[in-house]
Amino acid sequence: MTREWRDHVPRIEELARKLGLQWSPVIFEAVPDSFMTEIAVYGLPVRMPHWSFGARYIYQLVQRHMGYSRLFEVVFPGNPGHAYLASSNGLADNILVTAHVLGHADFSNNNLLFRRCQDQGSEHIVEHAASHARQIERDIESHGLNAVEQVLDAALSLEQYIDVDQVLRRERYPEYLPAAAQPADDAFRARFAALDAGVAAAAQSRKIRAPLPPHPERDLLWFIATYAPEMESWERDIFLAVREESFYFYPVYATQIMNEGWASYWHARLLREADFIPQAAYLDAIKCHSDVVRPVAAGEQVALTVNPYHLGFTLWEAIVKKSGIDAARRIMREDDDFSFLRNHLTRDIAADMELFRYQRQQNGPIKVVAGDIEALRESLLMEKYNFGAPRIAVAEVRNDGTLILQHDSKLDGRGLDPERTRKVLEYVKRVWRRPVLLNTVDAASQPMELAADSVAAA
Amino acid sequence: MSTDSGTERPPVNGWYELFSRGSRDWLRHSDKIREAVREHLPQIVAGSDIINHGARTVRVPVRMLEHYRFRLRESGEVQGVGQGKAKPGDVLGQGTPQSGQGQKGAGGKERGGTELLLEFKVDDIIDWLWEDLKLPNLQPRVGPSEESEWKREGWDRRGARSRLDRRRSFKESVKRRASDSSSPSFTDEDLRFRQLTRRRQPTMRAAVFFLLDVSGSMTERDRQLAKTFFFWVAAGLRREYRSLDIVFVAHTTDAWEFNEADFFKVTGTGGTVASAGFAKVSELMQSRFNPASCNVYLFYASDGDNAPDDRIPARDELEGIAKAARYAGYVEISADTPRSTLSDTFALFQEIAAAGLPSGRFSIAGPDDVAAAVRHFFAAESQAAHGAAPGSGPEAAP
Repeated sequence: MTREWRDHVPRIEELARKLGLQWSPVIFEAVPDSFMTEIAVYGLPVRMPHWSFGARYIYQLVQRHMGYSRLFEVVFPGNPGHAYLASSNGLADNILVTAHVLGHADFSNNNLLFRRCQDQGSEHIVEHAASHARQIERDIESHGLNAVEQVLDAALSLEQYIDVDQVLRRERYPEYLPAAAQPADDAFRARFAALDAGVAAAAQSRKIRAPLPPHPERDLLWFIATYAPEMESWERDIFLAVREESFYFYPVYATQIMNEGWASYWHARLLREADFIPQAAYLDAIKCHSDVVRPVAAGEQVALTVNPYHLGFTLWEAIVKKSGIDAARRIMREDDDFSFLRNHLTRDIAADMELFRYQRQQNGPIKVVAGDIEALRESLLMEKYNFGAPRIAVAEVRNDGTLILQHDSKLDGRGLDPERTRKVLEYVKRVWRRPVLLNTVDAASQPMELAADSVAAA
Repeated sequence: MSTDSGTERPPVNGWYELFSRGSRDWLRHSDKIREAVREHLPQIVAGSDIINHGARTVRVPVRMLEHYRFRLRESGEVQGVGQGKAKPGDVLGQGTPQSGQGQKGAGGKERGGTELLLEFKVDDIIDWLWEDLKLPNLQPRVGPSEESEWKREGWDRRGARSRLDRRRSFKESVKRRASDSSSPSFTDEDLRFRQLTRRRQPTMRAAVFFLLDVSGSMTERDRQLAKTFFFWVAAGLRREYRSLDIVFVAHTTDAWEFNEADFFKVTGTGGTVASAGFAKVSELMQSRFNPASCNVYLFYASDGDNAPDDRIPARDELEGIAKAARYAGYVEISADTPRSTLSDTFALFQEIAAAGLPSGRFSIAGPDDVAAAVRHFFAAESQAAHGAAPGSGPEAAP
């Protein structure tokens, strides 16, 4: 990292503070590109080992080599926050990235979803994840790689199945149903109680065991870690470690458009208002900015995806222009991507951005379809519901320990892919150690029960 | 405040310079693929380019392993939001749009369909293929090429320092001091050195005949299958047995001996006279390997069509070999569709087996059967099933 860049950091921070950004201290670190790739793949600078990360890493490495994408920075919220900058960044890149990082830091420090998840104990997520990784290394030493890998296969494949509306450290369900309220002022009951104290007490203390779970439970990681009949305690700890990391990932995932847009808005504005940046660096930085928020890849007319940087940036510009920065800050605090797009992606903005909805029937051509703004928003958000995963909840644990999962095929619109589902159930069965069944629907929307793929178990 | 220089770290000493988690997990992924590929051994073994090009590695295209997640079934319909100059009704091409890009962390999608080429060492494949395999009915035979080996035997007071036996020396010292407690704790007299001696050992001498039918009825595919079988047998046997002779013979109406390289390239035309091949094997066996002091094996590969008038001579020749040999194996290269009646040669080997001579038969109908054929002839359990117990063959006194 260049000393020249270091000199600019305090000035950028001072300007940001003057413009109203509030953030916890951020530690900057310049790291090699290969490490940047790892951070992007693992999601955290130090994270538990698993072969699936290795596969994604190689894929990313190939993509990088072919020049498809480049990472400038990755920020982790917390107190202090951590920002990793690619050591291949030039001065102009780094000035831009510093401003961008401050935008992220401001966002994660104020957005309520982030705050809530950090209050649950993830304010030091980077350190926690590293300690999870260390613990899992120790588990590998004492229980062997295969045993640990089996647990990680299951836990990581259920990564998205948490319930952020619950607290991170959940209590077990009450074991018994609450006693029915006794109308104590009933004259008959009063006399009955007076009759024979022992009988009355027995009638009152007869407890009814609560069904398990008392309601459909979508926090699969917690449920399995808590109620699996024969799980070892170190296996439960791995499930809970994955769950804690998912608590950190959820706000990142659910505010991506807002968060990237906010950071892009601020790097653009800080750059505009900073008078201390050398002219040449300023021009380079502006060029870099326009690459980042570019809607359509260079040389192409139409893109079939929407660049979240561009979408978020455009929306924030429009909001600040219309309602002022204070209103924008309030929205930044209170919204997530779902409410943000529904409230602020208006028909006019969509038209200005040339957003369109397309459809493709079975093996047909991709066709642009007309549609109102509602349909457009839903299309943008569809993939993001429920952490991007099908909605599955624990429905029942039978007396013999069989775990029954229920897929909400009505809300998801169709059934689950049976092949993959069987494989996942196989992962789960190895830690649940009792049969695992899942109800979904088949291609004809008829009820269908899936069980663990027993062939794979052999 | 937030980026005071105290938080700046030395640029080179990051642990990530020395260690890549991504690479570590990638290696684990490769290991898992190797395990998975091992289950598809027959397909790898069937790859014929190993024989032809003498390569020491085989390349196998494999898919990246998928870490499975719950996923909705494919609906065939795709929809999404794009950006650019397009109006309702426009057609944007046939391709499948990439959906859900730019997801980070937990939401990341697995990518299926990425293929990579994995290299396997031929030696590794032999390891897998030849796990627990051995020559049937092998018996120790003391022959001319007796092995001698250096064995450890006894101790002496002189020797190379590296052969000093400390435990033994210490015992000597204890013994000496027991009789005379005033003597020093160690003297040169106490030292004992391990000694070596040359030991003659009865060897497991063995000669294996590969007899290949290269007549006109054997198509290119048939020959290739037979050679693939012979290749893996030869590779495995060479690794398992140190003193082993392999003799390569091919026949049409006549028979010739080949060296190994030529054998795997041999082609031929003309009719099939199996007895010619058997006679050649018999002749070589008698002149070069005395069956009394050597384990002789015959493996014959053919499509099973023999000249009709050759039935009796072939039977006589084969019986002669089978009586002297430890085992006679027959690999029939059959067409993709099983034939309704037994081929002449198959029937011939059945006859031999019925006569109590140690022999075996196996049909190869396609590339995937090659590995099974190797296992069939050399797996210990199938040998027991053949009833080819050591006593059942004609015994020549050792």
